Amino acid sequence: MWFINISLGSVYIPMKEILLSIIDADVDKDVWKSIVLNYRLPKAITAIIVGSGLSISGLLMQTLFRNPLAGPFVLGISSGASLGVAILILGATFFGANITAYAFTNWGLAIAASIGAFLVLSAVMLAAIKVRNTMSILIIGLMFGSLTAAVISVLAYFSSANQLQQYLFWSFGSLGNLSWNEIIALTITFLVGILLVIFIIKPLNSLLLGENYAKSMGVNVKRTRNLTLIATSLLTGVITAFSGPIAFIGLAVPHLTKLLINTSNHKILLPAVAISGAIIMLICDSIAQLPNSEFTLPINAITSLFGAPIIIWLLVRKRKINY
Amino acid sequence: MNTDKKHIIQTSNLSIGYAFNKKTHTVAENLNIDLDKGNLVCLLGKNGIGKSTLLRTITKVQPALNGEIYINDRNLKKFNNLDLSKSLSLVLTERLPESNLSVFELVALGRHPYTNWVGKLTDNDLYLIKTAFDQTNTGHLMKSKYYELSDGQLQKVLIARALAQNTDIIILDEPTAHLDIHHTIETFTLLKKLAQEFHKTIIVSTHEINLALQLADVLWLMTPDKFISGETEKLIANNYVSKLFESNLISFNKTLKQFTISNSL
Repeated sequence: MWFINISLGSVYIPMKEILLSIIDADVDKDVWKSIVLNYRLPKAITAIIVGSGLSISGLLMQTLFRNPLAGPFVLGISSGASLGVAILILGATFFGANITAYAFTNWGLAIAASIGAFLVLSAVMLAAIKVRNTMSILIIGLMFGSLTAAVISVLAYFSSANQLQQYLFWSFGSLGNLSWNEIIALTITFLVGILLVIFIIKPLNSLLLGENYAKSMGVNVKRTRNLTLIATSLLTGVITAFSGPIAFIGLAVPHLTKLLINTSNHKILLPAVAISGAIIMLICDSIAQLPNSEFTLPINAITSLFGAPIIIWLLVRKRKINY
Repeated sequence: MNTDKKHIIQTSNLSIGYAFNKKTHTVAENLNIDLDKGNLVCLLGKNGIGKSTLLRTITKVQPALNGEIYINDRNLKKFNNLDLSKSLSLVLTERLPESNLSVFELVALGRHPYTNWVGKLTDNDLYLIKTAFDQTNTGHLMKSKYYELSDGQLQKVLIARALAQNTDIIILDEPTAHLDIHHTIETFTLLKKLAQEFHKTIIVSTHEINLALQLADVLWLMTPDKFISGETEKLIANNYVSKLFESNLISFNKTLKQFTISNSL
C-alpha cells in the first residue's frame, strides 16, 4: 500500500525508479528523485502517522467513555484545535504583526492547535466528571463543538479574504507540505503518545467492565483517565495541527477493525487499529491524488466520502457494533 | 471487642451515610461487626435501609462517617486500591458496558491486580483462572462472548471473575435480582459451597430472605432502629428476624423459617 501510494501522483514515475530513489541510488531523472524524497515519501509517512494516530485516539475515547459514538471529533478535540488555529490565523489582526510573522509557520499552527485541543478537551472532561451519564458527556462535547464553531464564525467575519483562505485550506486537511523537520516532530510526538498508550493498555482492558469493577481490581481510574486524555490530546492535537482536522478516521477505523477482528482486548486491538488506520489513510490519500491528473482533492472529503458508505454497508451486512 | 481470635472483617462503632458539604445524612450508626473467615453472610433489610451504603463503605467506595473498619486486622484506611483488590473482590448489579470481551477474557481480568504492567498471564494466573471456571462450573462457556450468555450464566461467570481475583472476601450486591428461582437457588448454593469448601468469606446483600435463612451462616439485619449481626439460628430463636418487616401484611413463621402472608388478611 505504501509503495502504491508513493507511486501515484501528478507525475508518473516508474516503480523501479522510486525504489532506487529511496535507497539513494542513481536515478534516470533527478527530478524524479527529488519528487520522491521531498514530496511523496514525507507524505506517505505523514499518512501513516495521521491514520494510526487518529484511529488510536478514537479507540481510546470509545473505551474511556464506553460509547461507540465517541471519537476525537465528537469530544471537541478537533474543534479545539481548529479554534486554536483560527485564533492564530484569523485573530492575527488582534495580536499585531510581530507575532504573526513566525506564527504562520507550521510550528506556530502546531502549537496553537495543541493548546486549543487540550483546553477544549479539559473543559469537556471537567464537565464529564460532574455528570456521570455518558450520553450527557457526548452532548456536552457536541456543545463545545458548536461553541468553538461559533467563535470561529465570529473571527471569520472580521477577517480578510486572505486569512480566511489560509484557514479554509488548513481545515480541508492535507498530508503534504510537511518538511522533514516537521515530520520528525510529528513522529516524536506520535511515539510519545504511543508510549503513553502502551502503559494504559492493561487498565483500559479492565475499564471494559466499567469504572467500579476497574477500581475494585486495583486500577487507579483517575490516573488512567488522565493518561488517556493526555495521550489523546497529544496525538490528535499534533496531527490536527500539521494536517488539519481530518474527519471520519478516528470514529470509523476502530469500528471497522472491531468488526473485522472481533475482540475487545486492547493488546490486540490497539496495534490492529493502528495498522488499519495507516492503511486506510494511505488508500484515501491515493484516491485524493486522482491518479494521472494534476489535481489533489482535500483529504478530508475523501475520508468521509469513501469511508462512511463502507461503514454503513458493513453494519447493515454484518452484526452489531461493539466498543 | 474480641481480639484473641482473628476476624476477617471487624468494625467498631461504624456510622455510615453521606456527607454533603457541611450536612451529614447518617444512614445507620453503631455498627459493630466481628466476622470470622469462611462464612456466608446475608445482608437483609428493606429497600432504602442502607444495605448498599454499608457495602460501599466496607469496600471503600465511600468513606465511613465515623468509626473504624478492619480487614484482616488491618485498618481499611491503610489500604490503597491495589491492596484492597487483593483482599476483596466484587460482583455488582450494574450492567456491564457493551464490549466484545470473551468469557475467558472477562474472568482473566480478575487477575489484573497480580499481573505485570502489560497484563501478561503467568502459569499461576492461568491455573487460578481455570480453578475459578471449575469452581463455578462454567468452563464450557469460556469461548463465548459474554453478551451471548443468559443472566444466570453471566452471574456465575462474574462470580468466577471474583474468584480469579483470589481474595479472602467476595462481596455481592443483590446477585440474584434478575434471576428466576432455579438460577437464584443455583447461585446461592454455589456461594454456600465456596464458603464451605474454599473458606471464602462471602457477603451477599439480597431480598431472597427465605433462601438466606436456610443457607446463610451469619445474618446482618438492618432495621430502622438498629443493625444486628449474628448466627442465623440464634437470630431466628431470639425473634430478631421477625422484626425485619414489622408490618400487618407479613409475619414470620419460625418452624418453616419463612415469612408468610398474615392470616389476618
